Amino acid sequence: MKTVIVLVTCTLGLSACRGSFASTTLIDRIATDHAVVVGTKWDQPGMGLKVGRGEPQGFDIDVAKYLINELAGGQRMDIEWKESVSANREAFLTNGTVDMILSGYSITPARQQKVTFAGPYIVAHQDTMVRANATGISKVTDLEGKRICQVAGSISYKRITELPPEGKLGLKVQLVGAANYSECVAKLSGNNLDAVTSDDLLLAGFAAQAGGGLRILGDPFTDERWGVGLKRGDIKTCLAVNTAIARMYADGTARRLMDKWFGKATGLTLPTTLPPAEPCN
Amino acid sequence: MDELIRYAPGLAAGFLKNLQLAALCALFSLSLGTILVAMRVAPTPVLRGAGAVYVTVVRNTPLTLVLAFSAVGLSDTLGLTFSDTPSTNSFWLVVLGLSIYTSAFVCEALRSGINTVPLGQAEAARAIGLTFVQSLRLVILPQAFRSVVAPLGSVMIAMTKNTTVAIAAGYLAESSFVMKDTFDNTGVSIPIFLGLVAAFMTVTLPIGVCASRLAGRFAVAR
Amino acid sequence: MSSGSTVLFDAPGPVARRRNTILTLLATIATLGVAYLVYAKFDEKGQWNSELWRHFISASTWTEFIIPGLTGTLTAAGLGAVFALIFGAAFGLARLSEHGWIRQPAGAVVDIFRAIPLLLLIFFMAYLSPTLFGRGDYTLLALVGGLTLYNGSVLAEVLRAGVTAVPRGQSEAAYALGLRKAGVMWHVLLPQAVTAMMPAIVSQFVVLLKDTALGYIIGYQDLLSYGFQFLPANYFGTRVSSAIVIATIYIGLNMTLSALASWLDHRPFAPRERRTLAPREQRLAPASE
Repeated sequence: MKTVIVLVTCTLGLSACRGSFASTTLIDRIATDHAVVVGTKWDQPGMGLKVGRGEPQGFDIDVAKYLINELAGGQRMDIEWKESVSANREAFLTNGTVDMILSGYSITPARQQKVTFAGPYIVAHQDTMVRANATGISKVTDLEGKRICQVAGSISYKRITELPPEGKLGLKVQLVGAANYSECVAKLSGNNLDAVTSDDLLLAGFAAQAGGGLRILGDPFTDERWGVGLKRGDIKTCLAVNTAIARMYADGTARRLMDKWFGKATGLTLPTTLPPAEPCN
Repeated sequence: MDELIRYAPGLAAGFLKNLQLAALCALFSLSLGTILVAMRVAPTPVLRGAGAVYVTVVRNTPLTLVLAFSAVGLSDTLGLTFSDTPSTNSFWLVVLGLSIYTSAFVCEALRSGINTVPLGQAEAARAIGLTFVQSLRLVILPQAFRSVVAPLGSVMIAMTKNTTVAIAAGYLAESSFVMKDTFDNTGVSIPIFLGLVAAFMTVTLPIGVCASRLAGRFAVAR
Repeated sequence: MSSGSTVLFDAPGPVARRRNTILTLLATIATLGVAYLVYAKFDEKGQWNSELWRHFISASTWTEFIIPGLTGTLTAAGLGAVFALIFGAAFGLARLSEHGWIRQPAGAVVDIFRAIPLLLLIFFMAYLSPTLFGRGDYTLLALVGGLTLYNGSVLAEVLRAGVTAVPRGQSEAAYALGLRKAGVMWHVLLPQAVTAMMPAIVSQFVVLLKDTALGYIIGYQDLLSYGFQFLPANYFGTRVSSAIVIATIYIGLNMTLSALASWLDHRPFAPRERRTLAPREQRLAPASE
């Protein structure tokens, strides 16, 4: 019966029948199938943005392409791009909808329970973005009592509302729900929110788009290590990706990509050397 | 099965929100729908046109777009905020969006009721000398209301089911979001889905049975 | 104005004319007032800024965003329509069966799928599929599956109503000719039922097309996600203008389909009906969604 269902699904022309249940590691699958599915954001300028019919563009995409090229040993690879929103990243990795995720995915202890992280491949800092004409907010502690954006699945707002280990500041704020960060930015410029707090690299993309209407406070208060999300337990691929990231910094590609995507933004501190790798869990 | 028991409180709270949304939307959409149908049969062409435009635009737009737009367009652009608490604000925006959408269908259901009245009735009313208002009040509308029960019932059932689309407006407290969140965090669970399905069926099936029984009782024998 | 309503009052005399003029004036002022209010509020937020709208004049916006989105929507709608018809035909006929063991379960299935929210069904199918079929992209499968089950159930009811609405004399005559159940159904009842129900079937397709927008919620790339999510992410501040443009496209598509349904009702061999106050389009509109 299952064969019939799978056959029917295949005839619908979907790319659904991509593999069997075999739980081989990603790097082995890359060697045999020459195909990989990468999840990134599709609506964040600078990091991962779908610019039309073709593949998305952004820093995360370029890093992913480099890493996959390294993992495949230079062989031609068939990369399928999928949108992974903050809320379903862990679910997608667990059930195999995507093979790896690069989407400003911060490494946290809670997430390490569900996925394996390779990297980090860059260290961002959490900052805050407000309307350019907003008086009274010049540092992050001024956010007390204000309305900030809460994106499902993202931990950024928790850094403000909770105390360590999940958070940092433990301020009392009002949370306004949104599906993703571009909605947050729209609500911010429409005066339905007072601040959007997230990684500065992410905010820089939106601020650049908004012209002068939004400004970043320039008061970073955490280190966010962006890692490559992999299926839980895939240590072999994790080690291989760590090697690839080291090579990316060694041969100058990391610097080149950072300049390409974030070079025009002011006030960002980008790493010049390889960030210390997380032990593969 | 134990997942259902573990998450039952959250799901029940979410389902309660669905019911609250449904009750409020029923109230507003019935009122707005009645006003719309009055506009559509009014003697003034301007009112008739405005009503027709409203119904055509709203009925042909997907509900997902209406709700997403009410969260963005109405709230952010028109500056329509109901409360300072974001979740309450979001709740009322969903009520507004869903009522706007459902009222178009209520209007059409009421209009179909008016139109089931045979032409002969209106002619006879005129023939015995009743004025416009009198013929409506004494002859047409009583018959019309008796035949709208069934279509109105199905509009209300559809509206109850549509409260789950509140997720598109960023309202994150109702049951379909709770179910999705649970699936994201702990994986898919058939008992949770069946539990929620059963909950919805306990609301929609009785409405359907009630509506058809009432329709049968009130039907005008012709 | 339908011919029915003019029966309700005579040609207006001077008093009525004056009252109508006042009403028209008030109505015009009210409508224009509301329209102006909306326009002004939008203007306040700079939504009529040509910057936000000029993207829709350039061809690249259309070929890169809107056409792919439209393709996604129409693919899901087309597949959903085909499978829903098959499902509806199968279960509609099952409900007309004389054998209780076919009729009861079919009736239960149809009633259940009509009573539950479509979005729940789609969520469940999207999350269950990886467990059943392994790794893969299941947004289209979940969307089409949900649409099939729900709209198929509604079509099953429509078909059943159509067959039972065929005058009893037809089936009696067919039996008298010596045809058996299958023959009666195939040669006499179904053709008339389908012809009579065609407008209702096409109206249900309008509902189906609108429901494809639910794919936005599970991440399927349809017109709504291209227009509401990707376009505004590329061109800052265009969320409202995009929404208006794609709403117009949806309205245009659905009105075309409804016009098709209306034309089907106008055909010369549409069944005769009792003349009531209703204008033509009234008989076609689905009551609920």
